[in-house]
Amino acid sequence: MIKFIAKRLGSGLVVLFVVSALTFTLLYTSSGSIARNILGDQATPEQVALKEQELGLDQPLVTRYFAWLGDALSGNLGASWFTSEPVASSLATRIPVTMTMVFTAMILIAICAALIGVAAAVKRGWVDRVVQVGAIVGDSIPGYVIGVLLVTILAIQLGFFPATSTISPEVGPEAWVYSMTLPVIALLINGVTGGAQQIRSAVIKQLERDYVRTLRSRGIGEREILFKHVLRSAAPAGLTVLSLQLIGMLGGVVIIEQIFALPGMGPLAVTATGQSDLPVVMGVVMYTVVVVIVVNLLVDILNGWLNPKVRVS
Amino acid sequence: MSDSVETAAVAAPVATGQSGTVVRSTVMRRLIRNPMGIASLAILGSIALLAIFAPVLAPFEENFANITKTLAPADSVNILGTDSAGRDTWSRLLFGAQLTLLSALLCAGVAIAIGLPAGLIAGYYAGKFEAVSNWVVSILMSLPGLIVLLTIRAAFGPSVWISMIAFGVLISPSYFRLTRTAVQSVRNELYVDAARVSGLSDWSIIARHIFSVVRAPIIIQTAAIAGVAIAIQSGLEFLGLGDPTKATWGVMLSEGFKNVYLTPTLLLWPALAMALTIGGLVLLGNAIRDALEDGEKIKHRKKRAASSATGARPTAGPAVARPSRKSVAAVDAGTEHHLVKVTNLGVGYPQADGTIKKVVDDVSFHVDRGEILGIVGESGSGKSQTAFSILGLLPDNARIVGGAIQFDGNYTVAPGDERVNQARLSKLRGKRISYIPQEPMSNLDPAFTIGYQLVTPMVRVLGISKEEARRRALKLLTDVGIASPERTFSAYPHEVSGGMAQRVLIAGAISCEPDLVIADEPTTALDVTVQADVLDLLRELQQRLNIGVVLVTHNFGVVADLCDRVAVMQNGRLVEEGSVRDILRNPKEQYTRTLLASMLEGKTPMSMLVSSQKEPVA
Amino acid sequence: MSTQNAPLLTVDNLVVEYPSKKFRAKPFRALTDINITIGQGETLGLVGESGSGKTTLGRAVLGLAPVTAGKITFEGKDISHATRKQRRTLSRDLQVVFQDPYTSLNPALEIGDILAEPLGVQGMSPAEAKKRVKELLDQVGLPADALHRLPREFSGGQRQRVAIARALALSPKLIVCDEPVSALDLSTQARVLDLFLQIQKDTGVSYLFVSHDLDVVRHISHRVAVMYHGEIVEQGPAEIVTRDPEHPYTQRLLLASPVPDPDRQEQRRADRHRLLESQRHQIEQAGALA
Repeated sequence: MIKFIAKRLGSGLVVLFVVSALTFTLLYTSSGSIARNILGDQATPEQVALKEQELGLDQPLVTRYFAWLGDALSGNLGASWFTSEPVASSLATRIPVTMTMVFTAMILIAICAALIGVAAAVKRGWVDRVVQVGAIVGDSIPGYVIGVLLVTILAIQLGFFPATSTISPEVGPEAWVYSMTLPVIALLINGVTGGAQQIRSAVIKQLERDYVRTLRSRGIGEREILFKHVLRSAAPAGLTVLSLQLIGMLGGVVIIEQIFALPGMGPLAVTATGQSDLPVVMGVVMYTVVVVIVVNLLVDILNGWLNPKVRVS
Repeated sequence: MSDSVETAAVAAPVATGQSGTVVRSTVMRRLIRNPMGIASLAILGSIALLAIFAPVLAPFEENFANITKTLAPADSVNILGTDSAGRDTWSRLLFGAQLTLLSALLCAGVAIAIGLPAGLIAGYYAGKFEAVSNWVVSILMSLPGLIVLLTIRAAFGPSVWISMIAFGVLISPSYFRLTRTAVQSVRNELYVDAARVSGLSDWSIIARHIFSVVRAPIIIQTAAIAGVAIAIQSGLEFLGLGDPTKATWGVMLSEGFKNVYLTPTLLLWPALAMALTIGGLVLLGNAIRDALEDGEKIKHRKKRAASSATGARPTAGPAVARPSRKSVAAVDAGTEHHLVKVTNLGVGYPQADGTIKKVVDDVSFHVDRGEILGIVGESGSGKSQTAFSILGLLPDNARIVGGAIQFDGNYTVAPGDERVNQARLSKLRGKRISYIPQEPMSNLDPAFTIGYQLVTPMVRVLGISKEEARRRALKLLTDVGIASPERTFSAYPHEVSGGMAQRVLIAGAISCEPDLVIADEPTTALDVTVQADVLDLLRELQQRLNIGVVLVTHNFGVVADLCDRVAVMQNGRLVEEGSVRDILRNPKEQYTRTLLASMLEGKTPMSMLVSSQKEPVA
Repeated sequence: MSTQNAPLLTVDNLVVEYPSKKFRAKPFRALTDINITIGQGETLGLVGESGSGKTTLGRAVLGLAPVTAGKITFEGKDISHATRKQRRTLSRDLQVVFQDPYTSLNPALEIGDILAEPLGVQGMSPAEAKKRVKELLDQVGLPADALHRLPREFSGGQRQRVAIARALALSPKLIVCDEPVSALDLSTQARVLDLFLQIQKDTGVSYLFVSHDLDVVRHISHRVAVMYHGEIVEQGPAEIVTRDPEHPYTQRLLLASPVPDPDRQEQRRADRHRLLESQRHQIEQAGALA
């Protein structure tokens, strides 16, 4: 098992390296004259050259990448070209907000999708039909549009929730929960409808397996068969679905935060992108990839625990 | 080889006479007949037409602003009103449709152009190319689309086309994986081998046999991908990172959101346009899938019949019997001593047209303690369905359409019951009636050790402690001839051989000392030498424990080896029944004679077996 | 029958190895030192348990398994490493019938197209091909209207007839039959075996007939080769190998197959137990000597 985890961790680090190198190359070779963008059109060529030297842009790309990598490994991701704020510290203040939302939404998705999906697979009938229709509706409306509609209807028209959320240490936990409710709902609706659908198919597939009939013939109760055997075998498929949803959600949350004016990664990423503030963009990409790698590693470990075949090989 | 569930074979029509020339057009016809299909085609068709004729239909240029008339409500000039810059909402919606559809097409096109050939090559040739592409795919799939598009935007500036090409690359793994999986499943199909033997070139094989398999899934996938592309592109524009000179739904939505306190209707139109377009695509994908699946149902069932899966529909658990009015009815006097007695049993499956297709019809027999009854027949004879109705493990949609089953003097199916009495049978199953399946491997849960799967039923059914059950399980493993019981006990199913797994299943079947064992083709999946050992084991255990056995088989040799009495079945009916010597030596019915005549044992080699009596083709 | 002239197919010292999936692991050896010959109009039966390599041998002859060492000669030509183009020429004389009639026919193609495929590859015109396809359907006892139907409209036995017709399309000299009756019901099996015998009688084709069932192999073969763990352990005239085998494995195989009579089966069971006992004895003695 330790060897298995080490192997996955190793391949995760390779992915991290490759993605960082690719992103760095992409950003720094195609952005035209970076210094001029920052200084504006009035700047003299001397000022531009000076700025380029200051940013280290006169160095070859490879040298710059490895300089960046060296700094990054020691925790220094550079500083914003516009605000001069260190990237690492602005990430550090924003990541908790985003991650709280993402993981709250993921946990709720996991619970709701599993409950609904299993119910649809076992009971069939109307529950099943609702799940099918729900999946189509969920697929049809992008998550952020749901967010916009929620704000418009529930917050602005009906006034049930605050339309924008101010999260600061001073507000109490109640207000915090109150202001987080709508964004989390906006994040999770697509996940629940899609996830329930896929978990339903996975469970039905397992229920059709021969060993289920044999377990019944041995006098094992339906509940034990479902919860101990069927769900366990269907879990890897469910985990894969959830991990893909989480990857998607890391993008979707950017728009949701923008809609609800939440001080998470979203506004930072959007502003940095609009200004071509490359160190910040680089930092955002790195944080995302690290989250994805960690989540995938957890999924792999869980799968290994669930499936003895994976563990052995 | 015979199958274990005959419903399917019976249900599958042979030679419907329907011409097969029009496979694709029947899919198309089914698609149009489906309300979901026709609705989605209508929606997408109208949106496409509006987009194409946008320059003609739109009363204003996309960026024409009448600053004297901002946030105006709908009137005869601006039929949907104007936005905060005084631009006409209807016109912008039309131009937005143009851009949206084109960008979705571009994205899907790029993704197909990369994913499809890569998937074909990786699937067909495997090897290094596949390994490398799998790695690239795993990286691409772990990048959130929107974050990548933000990076692309930071690097290349605001361009719908660049961002859609990038997203096409990013999403191409979905086509790659789809294609590769489809090709892999076909690559080793025997008909591809046959084409290779015929000397067809790789490209001909891919074009003729493989591409046809991927075509439909690609269309379905494209509908989904186009929807995702529209969502993500409009999201980017909503964030204000799109091309500001273009009218798009995303920009309109963001514009509406900024003015949500003043004119919330501005939000409504782009949101509706998006939901309709993406919804249309989703529905279209579903409708195509349904149309294809309808066509494949027959084939699917046939395949299942051959590979002995469960019934025609997924079983979500044995149906719980409604409490029968006759549940207290006593069995006929003088029959109580039979261990199991089946009287005029009929089993059927409701069909779509309201009729019931009978797979077992008017079958009667009994089994006494310590007796082995063989039920023998070909595929579609109803032999397994009969056996499963004794166990109460028929598929969920099966109906008892006639007759009764009694076990040890009590009805498990009383006369007039439509379902098996699960309340009664669930107390018997595992404890007094047990089951030996056909396929050893698929009947053990791969996620649990063999020991666990032996111990749990004993703990549940006999109420003994885990330690006691473990002790008994080890003894059982020794009894069924496993040399190292300790090791097998802690092994997972995939770590033992098929013959060993079948011994484990036999050990499980006798673990709670049942009175009756239902064995469904227990040796069919085994090699002949292993079969002989397992038959020896079954005989020895049956004699020692004095169990009654119902042995379902297609093999007269197995019948001769084990059975006391035989029932021959054909097309759901009992042909004849009697002692093993009577049936095998002096069969009365023509069908039994034909079956026995088909046996090769004792025949002159190279002689014609049946063709002398010019018969209809098999 | 007519084995006096040069054999149609000769396999010399054939070895087949599959590269292992694991990096730098030893390749998996499926066949070791195989030697067989098949004469014109002759049937060689190949019998063995699952995993014995019998199917692999058939596939190696067809060019569907990698030849690691040794030589396969067909009509005097070395075909061990024939290219796809050479295979195309070869396919006129060398054909195949597979085990599973459900997966050996492309479900999306009509019977007529399936049967015309090998003809088209050889450059036959569609009109000629159609005529030939009709002849073939008649030869295997299928109705002419099968032409425009899909495989799923036919039963297992009928599908196997289609597969046989496809193999016959080019009037080959040798057909490799890989468990062609194993997936069929008993009475269907009998009819299909009759068809194989009839075709041989009419056309003089040779068969390499692979089966796990000793009874089937005995019924249809002139000579029989027995495979065990990737090797041929015994081969000779069908009558001798299937009635009075020499190799311990063949002896076990013969007595393991149950006969359809309770008293004779009891006898056979006793014989088998005696055989197993004596073989165990021999192994023990050999162990004691070593």
